[in-house]
Amino acid sequence: MKLSSGAIRLVIPAASLAVLLAAVFYMQPRAMSYTGLNLLFNLAVPIALATIAQMLIMSVNDLDLSMGTFVSFTACVTATFLQSSPAIGILILAGAIAAYAALGVIIHVRQLPSIVVTLGMSFVWGGLAVLLLPSPGGAAPGWVRWIMTAKPPLVPVAIVASVIIAASTHLLVMRSSLGVLIRGVGGNQRSVERAGWSIVWLRAAAYAMAGFFAVLAGIALVGLTTSADANIALRYTLLSIAGVILGGGEFVGGRVSPIGAVIGALTLTLAGSFLSFMRISPDWQIGAQGAILIVVLALRLFLNRLEKREKNR
Amino acid sequence: MSAVRNLGSRPWIWSFAAAAIVWVATVWFTGGSSAFGLSQATLTFAAFSIIVGVGQMFVITLGPGNIDLSVPATMTLSGTLALKVMDVQDGMILVGLLVAVLVGVAIGIGNYALIKLLRIPPIIATLSMSFIVQSFAIWTNRGLRIKPPEMLSSFATSYSFGIPNVALIALLISTVAWVLLEKSIYGRWISAIGQSSFAARMAGIPVDGTRFVTYVLCAVLAALCGYLLASFSGGAALNMGAEYLLMSIAVVVIGGTAVAGGNSNVPGIWGASLFMFLVVSMLNTYGFGAGVRLILTGLIIIAVILAAGGRKAVR
Repeated sequence: MKLSSGAIRLVIPAASLAVLLAAVFYMQPRAMSYTGLNLLFNLAVPIALATIAQMLIMSVNDLDLSMGTFVSFTACVTATFLQSSPAIGILILAGAIAAYAALGVIIHVRQLPSIVVTLGMSFVWGGLAVLLLPSPGGAAPGWVRWIMTAKPPLVPVAIVASVIIAASTHLLVMRSSLGVLIRGVGGNQRSVERAGWSIVWLRAAAYAMAGFFAVLAGIALVGLTTSADANIALRYTLLSIAGVILGGGEFVGGRVSPIGAVIGALTLTLAGSFLSFMRISPDWQIGAQGAILIVVLALRLFLNRLEKREKNR
Repeated sequence: MSAVRNLGSRPWIWSFAAAAIVWVATVWFTGGSSAFGLSQATLTFAAFSIIVGVGQMFVITLGPGNIDLSVPATMTLSGTLALKVMDVQDGMILVGLLVAVLVGVAIGIGNYALIKLLRIPPIIATLSMSFIVQSFAIWTNRGLRIKPPEMLSSFATSYSFGIPNVALIALLISTVAWVLLEKSIYGRWISAIGQSSFAARMAGIPVDGTRFVTYVLCAVLAALCGYLLASFSGGAALNMGAEYLLMSIAVVVIGGTAVAGGNSNVPGIWGASLFMFLVVSMLNTYGFGAGVRLILTGLIIIAVILAAGGRKAVR
């Protein structure tokens, strides 16, 4: 049996998700139901969207350290303006996406380190979120709530949403010509430039798309929690980076995988549920999450080695 | 004239200029009455970011992708454990210091073991490590708030010749770091690895050993900072390291160290640390609310990067 290197990249994250899922089912057979699955993966939807956003930034060799504060900000907009006066809400969110595109332009034109610019922006988004909602509150718009709590037949909405996100971003990033160009910027910027493409526009497009998915993440999050607060999604910065890496993506070289990223996000979410099923003391929950991350990555190394040995034979 | 141009081409000059401008703007607003107090407070609080920043700088110099995210957890654990071991006894101060350093060494070894043995990218390796360390700190802390020994806390909060003691320690550490970086073979090695780890390996530089020492050094400095911060603020708190994660990265980069690695400078960390604290106190003095203060802090950071940026060899 022959597999392309892209498929191999996907096998490992998918296998780790399957193992974790099997462990959860073994410990709590009742999770193996419509409601059980929905509860397990509910919170994965916004994390998956944020991971996709981070992945787009990473595909042009940049890193976004403001992801968590930005998703918090869009969640605050969703719970306030988008709910009370949708027109203004949409305008603000569109402005936020435009700001992301502008960041891409600035970072490229001035040759600035993305880590620092997004670090600065994380203060800005955090400040805006605090201005919008100084204390937790707001309400989810009806239609958002309706989508996130929908009950499609047979398969729970969390799974449906994850599949839709994975499939559509796969088409966008892996199959469309724009996606190929964006990954090309990460792979070899100079060759894309020599081929006559504008790197500025490509980077702006990558950032704008990232902003768009991060906005979706904020909206989806409010649909689940029904209210927002300025610190609601701070941990998304690190979660989204970890999700991309777990899904087989790399920091440089435009090597990313949208399907892998969604699987990575699902794995991270499941790790949380797994630990509560294990009845681990809350003291050790964060630590065990770190341990799971290490185990999955060790597994990946092991399988990579195995694959190499097969090849050499 | 050439001296001026020479000075202007130094990346660290920008962070000092920015710090000076903010200092003047703040003192001006209060009519000059706060000049001395403000300077002392700035030196005190900047000292902590300088100590972690120096460690982070060594790691960032190693090249793209090298960042230590376990800094806050290391600070928390070393502060908690050291205070627990000292148990308010003046005689145990040195033992506590030793415990803090050992915590740093252990975490540094753990970090590098993950990076090397499991080939995990440093960002993820140190992140996973920080989760485990944080859990350990929660477990040891258990909601207890132990006070530091009397002698240690009075040392950390007092002044020698009008300069805060913690700032003097930061100065000592920075001097050693500067010598290591500029005058020792080790400093040449980490710069070489940051510029091209392949070329460095070919040139016979012990790449693995150098990287190992660097991660341990960073963790030890973070642990030391945790020890001092816990003594300064009268006890360890679980979230005491939180703000130092972004701070340690920010001061390194604003200070003019290349994010792509291979090029670092110690004076810039001083300028950037002073600047970061001064911005917050300036906005406080002007009476802005939390939201506006955050927004302005972010915009000012970006403005400084824009003004100083455009150098080559950045990501």
